[in-house]
Amino acid sequence: MLRFKIEKTGAPVWLRSLIPVLALLLTFFITSGLIIWGQANPIRAYYYLLIAPLSTRVSALEVLVKSTPLILSGVAVTFAFVAGYYNIGAEGQLYAGAIAAAWLGTVLGGLPPALTIPIMLLGGFIAGALWALPPALLRVKLAVDEVVTTLLLNSVMLFIVSALLNGPWRSPVSGWPQSPEIAPSTMLPKLVPHSRLHLGFVVAVLSVVVLWFVLSRTAFGLKMRAAGLGREAARFAGVNVGRTMLIAALISGGIAGVIGVSEVAGIHFHLIEEISPGYGYTGIIIATLGTLNAWGVAVAALFFGLIDTGAQTLSRAMGVPIYLGEVTQATMLLVTLAMLLLQNYRIRRA
Amino acid sequence: MDIVQMRGITKRFGPVLANDHIDFSLREGEIHALLGENGAGKTTLMRILYGLYRADEGEILVRGWPARINSPKDAIALGIGMVTQHFALVPPLTVAENVVLGFTDGFALDRAAIERKVAEAAERFGLEVDPSAVVRHLSVGQRQRVEILKALYREAQVLILDEPTAVLVPQEIDALFKTLERLRAQGLSVIFITHKLEEVMRISDRVTVLRDGRVIGTVETQKTNERELARMMVGRETFGVHREERAVGEQPVLRVERICANDDQGLPALKEVSLVVHSGEVLGIAGVGGNGQKELAEVLTGMRRPTAGRVVVDGKDMTGATPAEFTAAGVGRIPEDRHAGVVSELTVAENMALEYLEEFTRRGVLDREAIWKHAEELIQRFQIKARPTDRARTLSGGNLQKLILARVLSRDPKVVIASQPTRGLDVGATEYVRQQLLEQRARGAAVLLISEDLDEILALSDRIAVMYEGEIVGMLPAQEADPERLGLMMSGAVKERQEAYAEV
Ligand SMILES: Nc1ncnc2c1ncn2[C@@H]1O[C@H](COP(=O)(O)OP(=O)(O)O)[C@@H](O)[C@H]1O
Ligand SMILES: [Mg+2]
Repeated sequence: MLRFKIEKTGAPVWLRSLIPVLALLLTFFITSGLIIWGQANPIRAYYYLLIAPLSTRVSALEVLVKSTPLILSGVAVTFAFVAGYYNIGAEGQLYAGAIAAAWLGTVLGGLPPALTIPIMLLGGFIAGALWALPPALLRVKLAVDEVVTTLLLNSVMLFIVSALLNGPWRSPVSGWPQSPEIAPSTMLPKLVPHSRLHLGFVVAVLSVVVLWFVLSRTAFGLKMRAAGLGREAARFAGVNVGRTMLIAALISGGIAGVIGVSEVAGIHFHLIEEISPGYGYTGIIIATLGTLNAWGVAVAALFFGLIDTGAQTLSRAMGVPIYLGEVTQATMLLVTLAMLLLQNYRIRRA
Repeated sequence: MDIVQMRGITKRFGPVLANDHIDFSLREGEIHALLGENGAGKTTLMRILYGLYRADEGEILVRGWPARINSPKDAIALGIGMVTQHFALVPPLTVAENVVLGFTDGFALDRAAIERKVAEAAERFGLEVDPSAVVRHLSVGQRQRVEILKALYREAQVLILDEPTAVLVPQEIDALFKTLERLRAQGLSVIFITHKLEEVMRISDRVTVLRDGRVIGTVETQKTNERELARMMVGRETFGVHREERAVGEQPVLRVERICANDDQGLPALKEVSLVVHSGEVLGIAGVGGNGQKELAEVLTGMRRPTAGRVVVDGKDMTGATPAEFTAAGVGRIPEDRHAGVVSELTVAENMALEYLEEFTRRGVLDREAIWKHAEELIQRFQIKARPTDRARTLSGGNLQKLILARVLSRDPKVVIASQPTRGLDVGATEYVRQQLLEQRARGAAVLLISEDLDEILALSDRIAVMYEGEIVGMLPAQEADPERLGLMMSGAVKERQEAYAEV
């Protein structure tokens, strides 16, 4: 009988750099099975999913529109995760920012955009940070697990949004659960006429640059990484781990809040319950795939934006359910995680 | 007649060649020492013999017959027993239960019967243990006897002991050696792993020296000496550390007054510990591990808050200060666990800067050039084999310790708290670290050396305090100390000058 055993060894460098490519191929291989099962041609399906969106100007811009909240979310999550604070609450913090934007958008009407837009963005940041504060304090002061508290607060926030939209903000005209439209001067300007691409994309790109700069060039970034990579050793070296985590959590919540502003003031112009199809959670996947690295996060988010756009094209063209996009994303995550883990092992004949 | 023969044994762990075509033979009724520095491959070789690892190449003969040893079960069936560095006992069970565990004939456990059988066996092999005692309540030395009894009870004719003396006080070592001599007289063959020359000379009949996974030679103990063995083990002459006698300064720099602290479970770990370290002095804290040394070091480095008492550094009250405040007050800290002292995923340069980040920051932005220069400087000055951009985790134990030393000692600290500074290091790195500590002393620093290695304490200290169950049970000048006397205090048998604090 042949016997095998598993040994732990480090992966060679060439393999490490090949991992994203291999993960991609493997993901497509697995999802192809599903597409064939759904009686469609996988090659054509992938054309619609990955190539078609980039083939016209309009849909290419739409990829950027879809990527905007994903980039911000990936950056928000990364800020927290790098410091060892597992913020699962970006979704709720996003809605906190959206509420702030919906409210500010209706009260700032008289001011010029040069004033209102910074106020909107700042307001969303503060709202998101405030919503992130209680679990962060509980974590730092009382060691209450933030994974649980931030996740629970997401549901609480959805109730608050629902209560607002069905109560004070319910549209008196249509009776729909949607807040009044924000003033034109508070809407984020379009970057390209006749498209949906708005200033939020610039903010998202800036957030990537800020993330990169903070992590690699500032003392606070080094403290965050130290706290996240080795809590006790960081403490030993004099890093105030609690304070570092708290600040990281607030920045993370703040950036998640900005997503809410970007979506309300850039896309919808009022608050509705469906502002986010789970951007806050997708951000966790993106941050993980991007290995908590600013550029990696940007690439992963753009890729997810592409798949989101492509999935719509695909389902229109071939009648494949739109969920294929999400299935591909989820498979991608599982495959990548498995490969990151398994690259350290070798199977050998015993 | 050779009871065990290992031929051409080779074992790789990834890129590491832990055993390189090793030939080893054990005669019937001999105590055979396996000598080598840390990482020489001793444990690996013996784990192969005991079936815990499989060799990549080579063969094993037991009593002249080729043997397939795929698991400890096979080894036990061939009469081979092993006591590993970390004991494999079940603490809540009794000695007798542990001994028979997995080796009972019937299904039902007749407690009285097994205790009787175990007592008989203990008597026969001359091992002093109480079969009905619960293992949790036993000392390390007693637990080791249970492990030996466990192997012998399984009718082992070959007994492998992996660094058995590392956890024992001198009196327990004496007892262990007496036991081994008696067992040898009964015909047992023993493989005794150690890196201590003096033990080899004392107990073994033959000795095989390993270095870098290879056999350097096998010699009769009678026909060799410590010098020769040291040369075989290290590949060069060892010099030991050079310690200048000099007057201890008058200045009390570190003063610990009636400190109490709890351990992680919230139980008292330090009970009114008081001590003073002067400038230009090494105060050694001896003791068996787990008697409060870890907590004392943590209190003095800002990692643990004391529940009572005071810590004064150079006249300044530092009780309950943060690690950063200790650093700022001139306390250099060498942690017990090297891996807890550096962030292993950060680079060497980042780790070197982490403690003094303000110096390398301008308006919040890192001065990367300064961090780089600082790292290169320290790497050169402390002869660290690493580049500034290497991740700390890729460094060997010795180089990691040098990184920590560099970070601490380059600041000319007033006080150095060194906790187990040479544990797990090879001879070369150990010498280096000890020499550095003595240089700090010569420079006028107050050095507090916490170590479980008595030789180290005796070699470096000006005064020696002994810790037992969270208390300082004795404090004496190094000239008056010897292993016997310290050993008695370490085992809690003698208390000398309880009010150690009053003496200063
Ligand atoms: N399980 C393991 N995985 C990887 N490397 C190992 C393992 N066990 C031992 N090694 C390596 O093999 C070498 C020999 O180790 P070991 O046999 O424990 O030495 P010794 O007991 O003489 O100190 C060392 O370099 C060690 O790091
Ligand atoms: Mg060993």
